[in-house]
Amino acid sequence: MTPGEPLIRWDWIVRNLDVIGQRVGEHLVLTGLAVGIGFVISFVLSIWIARKPRLYALVTWITGILYTIPSLALFALLIPVTGLSLLTAEIGLVGYTLLILIRNIVGGIRSVPADVREAAIGMGYTERQLLWRVELPLALSVIIAGVRVATVTTIGLTTVTALIGQGGLGYFILEGIQRFFSTPLIVGATLSVLLAVLVDAALVLLQRQLTPWARATS
Amino acid sequence: MADRSPGHDALLTTGGRGATVELRDVSKQFGPAVKGTAGAVNNLSIEVPPGEICVLVGPSGCGKTTTLKMVNRLVEPTSGQVLIDGQDVQRIEVTALRRRIGYVIQQTGLFPHQTIGRNVATVPRLLGWPEERIRARVDELLRLIGLEPERVRDRYPSQLSGGERQRVGVARAMAAEPPVMLMDEPFGAVDPIVRERLQNEFLRLHRRLGTTVLLVTHDIDEAIKMGTRVAVMQQGGHLAQYAPPAELLTHPASEFVADFVGADRGLKRLSLMTVDDVELGRAATARLGEPVGAARARAGTASWILLLDADGRPEGWLSVGQLREDREITSELADPSSPIFTHETTLREAISRLLATAVQTGVVVDENGRYEGTLSLETVGAALRASAAESTNGAAVPSGAEPATERAQ
Repeated sequence: MTPGEPLIRWDWIVRNLDVIGQRVGEHLVLTGLAVGIGFVISFVLSIWIARKPRLYALVTWITGILYTIPSLALFALLIPVTGLSLLTAEIGLVGYTLLILIRNIVGGIRSVPADVREAAIGMGYTERQLLWRVELPLALSVIIAGVRVATVTTIGLTTVTALIGQGGLGYFILEGIQRFFSTPLIVGATLSVLLAVLVDAALVLLQRQLTPWARATS
Repeated sequence: MADRSPGHDALLTTGGRGATVELRDVSKQFGPAVKGTAGAVNNLSIEVPPGEICVLVGPSGCGKTTTLKMVNRLVEPTSGQVLIDGQDVQRIEVTALRRRIGYVIQQTGLFPHQTIGRNVATVPRLLGWPEERIRARVDELLRLIGLEPERVRDRYPSQLSGGERQRVGVARAMAAEPPVMLMDEPFGAVDPIVRERLQNEFLRLHRRLGTTVLLVTHDIDEAIKMGTRVAVMQQGGHLAQYAPPAELLTHPASEFVADFVGADRGLKRLSLMTVDDVELGRAATARLGEPVGAARARAGTASWILLLDADGRPEGWLSVGQLREDREITSELADPSSPIFTHETTLREAISRLLATAVQTGVVVDENGRYEGTLSLETVGAALRASAAESTNGAAVPSGAEPATERAQ
């Protein structure tokens, strides 16, 4: 940091408001894409493996390894194959959501009480009706809890994708580090945290809307 | 019935009337045919006539729940057949079969994410009933089980008491008027007082609906109370005895059944019999305002006279020795402590009330409260011995074994 420079230069922020807005937008798109694609993959996979314990173990093992690879290393590994592209960024980001989402979707489905399942089957629900009308609605709070963790994690991780030129709030952080200029660094970090908190709160509201029975008390 | 959706089995659509359920030589082995596995069933044959309540009772692991689940094919038998009105359930498409069989389980299995109205509507919805018909049926059922539709319809199961949830479970099972209902420990999860009430309610409901019921319990008292027929099962899935409850108590088929129904089976039989089954005694009676002399003459050698009011309702007992010749009889002279019974009072209750009071004789009245006769420990004992003798002589069914639904509770 340059000596004598204030921690935050508000004039810089005012001058760059449009760029900041643009980066926030990019950040949201990158995150949304990652969680969206990750959710679709996890959902399909989870429904397939929810009742197959050995397959489930295998899938969590693989996604668990994926989860432990440091993000910088992963991008470095991918660049020779997919280049400095959106694809590279998303492969990484999606990869990190899988473990969390699959665990929560499968866990949610498995958490449906045995008596509820038995009653549904005993009354003549087909497998599909059981899944869509009973198991998934009841798994919803656990599933959304997973989506929250995955989203917050991805918002943080997306700052790294600036390294491969995909924009987002990481761009400011990178800029701040490279220019020894604290203002963009603080703006990038703060907005990233703020975004995570806001999106998380929105998801909590969504969950409350979707699971009215959880709030019902006598 | 109006409902004739495609794939709907005509034979199963008996519209509220019970169907015959027959298990023919049914066996179920779990795993690689290990003998004596918990829940296994061995060559079981029972026939349940339409409208009867067949209770499957036995110690845990005797295969009673397995037997029940073979009717709606939650468990497929290893061998043997299950027939509903003569039709093999294996030949009926499994979801269509289950939608025509009511199913109640101990933990209720209500859907926590659906309102009570939605829960009750489950099977009608699966059958594709029109919305208005479903709505009307839901309200009708909620009223039938004693819950106000306006109060509970839009609530969630977690907002109801255990007893209410249990009732909703029964209503949900009855929603599409199934000819057969399967109940697995339906009253097991509630406290004894609520259980007793739910049992009585269900018997009343059953009398109206005439559904054929198969009910599983481990509680022999519940079996005797609820069943018109009781199938006692023992470990290894063997049928130990299949008989009306009274016969089970008077003539247990084996040592196992005798042990299972308990050494107090004489007492248990008392709860199957009512005052109606007893030859009532006669007491000397006196009317209010009558001169003592006339009453005393009628008493003969008896030391007590029953005082009746102008309408023939009992006022109490008069001690002949204490009556003064020169006076009229007033109600203050009568001792009212004697218990009053109606025709519907069970002998179990009658005896327990007789034992609790100092007097040996209870008074039996008709539905208007008028004196009909007397009942004492001796007359009950005689009736008990007579009914036991009757079933020994091969008489069809002792009087106490009329369908449980006819019994007063």
